[in-house]
Amino acid sequence: MSTAIDIPIGPQHPALKEPINITCYVDGEQVVGAKLRMGYNHRGIEKAGEYQSYIQNLYLAERICGICGIVHSFSLAQATEDIIGKELPRRADYIRTIGLELNRVHSHLLWLGVAAHEVGFDTLFMYVWRDREAVMDLIEEVTGNRVTYALVTIGGVRRDLPQERAEKVLRVMDLLEEKVKKYKKMCIDEKTLRMRCDGVGLLRKEDAIALCAVGPTARASGVPYDVRADDPHAAYDEIPFKVVTYDTCDVTARVLVRIDETLESINIIREAIKKMPSGPIRVRLPRVVPAGEGVGRTEAPRGEVIHYVRSNNSDKPFRWKVRAPTLANFLSIPVMLTSKGDYVVNIADIPIAFASIDPCMSCTDRAIKFVDVNDGKSWVWSLSQIKRVSHGGGR
Amino acid sequence: MGLVDWARIRSPWVIHFNTGACNGCDIEIVAALTPRYDVERFGIKLVGSPRHADVLVVTGPITKQVEKRIIRIYEQMPEPKFVMAVGNCCASSGAFRNCYNVYPGLDSLIPVDVYVMGCPPKPEAIINGVVKLIEKLRGGGS
Repeated sequence: MSTAIDIPIGPQHPALKEPINITCYVDGEQVVGAKLRMGYNHRGIEKAGEYQSYIQNLYLAERICGICGIVHSFSLAQATEDIIGKELPRRADYIRTIGLELNRVHSHLLWLGVAAHEVGFDTLFMYVWRDREAVMDLIEEVTGNRVTYALVTIGGVRRDLPQERAEKVLRVMDLLEEKVKKYKKMCIDEKTLRMRCDGVGLLRKEDAIALCAVGPTARASGVPYDVRADDPHAAYDEIPFKVVTYDTCDVTARVLVRIDETLESINIIREAIKKMPSGPIRVRLPRVVPAGEGVGRTEAPRGEVIHYVRSNNSDKPFRWKVRAPTLANFLSIPVMLTSKGDYVVNIADIPIAFASIDPCMSCTDRAIKFVDVNDGKSWVWSLSQIKRVSHGGGR
Repeated sequence: MGLVDWARIRSPWVIHFNTGACNGCDIEIVAALTPRYDVERFGIKLVGSPRHADVLVVTGPITKQVEKRIIRIYEQMPEPKFVMAVGNCCASSGAFRNCYNVYPGLDSLIPVDVYVMGCPPKPEAIINGVVKLIEKLRGGGS
């Protein structure tokens, strides 16, 4: 195990590098078992949060994950507002919803590109990332930043969405809808992509429920679990949308769930702009939060995020706890990577099966250690080596 | 200028290492490589092994777990080697300054040639950092 940790992995895909170590047990080309080891990226954010005020923590929360941009600051603000117990202006709820959905569009497109790259379909990767820039420009225009939005504050939002900017959002959404539909067709029709994704990374419905999978990973296994629908927050109670599920339980299902969700998000943004009431965008709330407990939850692009805050009548939280969706989804990885009965996992399937949960943290190493079950011999491959195998080259 | 220096200036090979970043800088680095910005057309190439790289691009606060690894990667790179710290956390631990598991900055472990500030820096800023680095390459070793 120690040799596995010592191999630092190259930069193939920054978005996917995880603080995680996977030990795969292989018999020839077949993977017969997998073990996870995590915790390489521990920074101690929750503890640091206890030394900072609630407002300062919003900016720290935003930096838990750069891809989920708004999600963590939104959830923390929600938890804090839960303790204070004051209603927000509706316009703020709508702007938050638009922010959350723009974030989902950018994140799902990012993932689609990365997934295409993992199976060696770099053309799609480049196309998707080109069109993703349109969303990034939009996010910059709406929130002021490309990656960390700083849009949410306790008691509302910091930036209004004036009419002309909203119209621009709608224009870009039309363009994007067309592109995303094209990619959906590409993913369904492209034989090489289907050959790499169909029946790979299987997570049966009962396993998804038993292992508490969340987000697109659960929905691709036919579990219709979506916090936006089950526990409406922000403006989701007034906006109709469909919870997308597929029941083939494989990587193809996860690709299609994310593409369909992107299309749903585009509709949610349109609806939110149409229904957005006028009025103030924030209320002033006290800096000192009364003693109590609050929970904030939302559907991040990767699944359910929960923030728990306990306050002690000061301007700093007494305890702040975050549960990110990737942690819940990690448990499904060993199941996806274990051959069982008719279900065969090949070494070449490891990258895409792992990427299919859209792991979202930063990382130091992703070396994979192989153990031959026949003679107990073990060796370590870097992700780049596995990718070479996965793309059909030599080892 | 020798052939090797000429080649290095025309096409610096880069290795990217994430030392515990929030992925913000990382997606901006990928954005710099994809069609909108596409630094590969200037010969800047991302490689997988530190042994092939001229430039080490580091993102994120340095957590205690990666301390040994970042030093080892740096040692594995052939001379002359250059280091680029991308993002505020890499330069000074930024938003994570109160975290117990984070080093104050990359330069407390290895020498840094170029700092790109921003949280996260935009792809344009990263490209600007690369241009500064190329100027430094013209001037010779680190």
